[in-house]
Amino acid sequence: MSEAIVRKQRPKFLALHEIRLPLPGIVSILHRVSGAGLFLMLPFLLYLLDRSLASPESFAAYKSVVGNPLVKILLLGLLWAYMHHFCAGIRFLLLDLHKGIDLQSARNSSRIVLAVSIALTVIIGVKLW
Amino acid sequence: MVNRIVVGAHYGLRDWIAQRATALFMVVFTILFAAAALGLPEMSYQTWSGLFRNGIVRFFAFLFFLALFYHAWIGVRDIYMDYIKPVGVRLALHLVTIFLLVGYAGWAAQILWRL
Repeated sequence: MSEAIVRKQRPKFLALHEIRLPLPGIVSILHRVSGAGLFLMLPFLLYLLDRSLASPESFAAYKSVVGNPLVKILLLGLLWAYMHHFCAGIRFLLLDLHKGIDLQSARNSSRIVLAVSIALTVIIGVKLW
Repeated sequence: MVNRIVVGAHYGLRDWIAQRATALFMVVFTILFAAAALGLPEMSYQTWSGLFRNGIVRFFAFLFFLALFYHAWIGVRDIYMDYIKPVGVRLALHLVTIFLLVGYAGWAAQILWRL
């Protein structure tokens, strides 16, 4: 009953283009986006693994599929998604253990996650390209 | 007297732990597998499939896939819970997702044990 009295008109501010998401928020939403993207592309990735392992002939076919520039760009995007999900996930595990939960370290670790996942994507992408 | 708790989010703890346990397993596997794959002398069918013919790699690769699919189930279900409000649509998406992931597990087993 008292709850009904206390409840006030609160400002609802859901104009997405006006909300300035802080860095930890960006890492968080990208964690979700990258996870969803990886989930959606699972059949394609399993198909590629299947072709790469079935026989020497299918391996050659796999090579020509991943040699396609459009597929390469897609796989580079998925590599980034995996790297971001990986790094941000480790950050979340540390936050679960109450490591780095004050504002400044949370901001710093978000910056590290974004930088390291892009750096790893570039390094591994160059190695595989 | 049975003091049963019928409300609350206590049932979420198991999923919460599973999400993190599968994540930790995948982190370790990813690092070891990436080291092994990037350390191959050359990328050919022989070396690549030879990696998977190793019984230990195959065993842990399969566990990796099971961990991945369970992890994906919890994560995707969380996304549905946040954005999909109509119960019927959400239930349908749950079923499709479960069928897909169980099918993927069978597919992964076939890929790995056909070698």
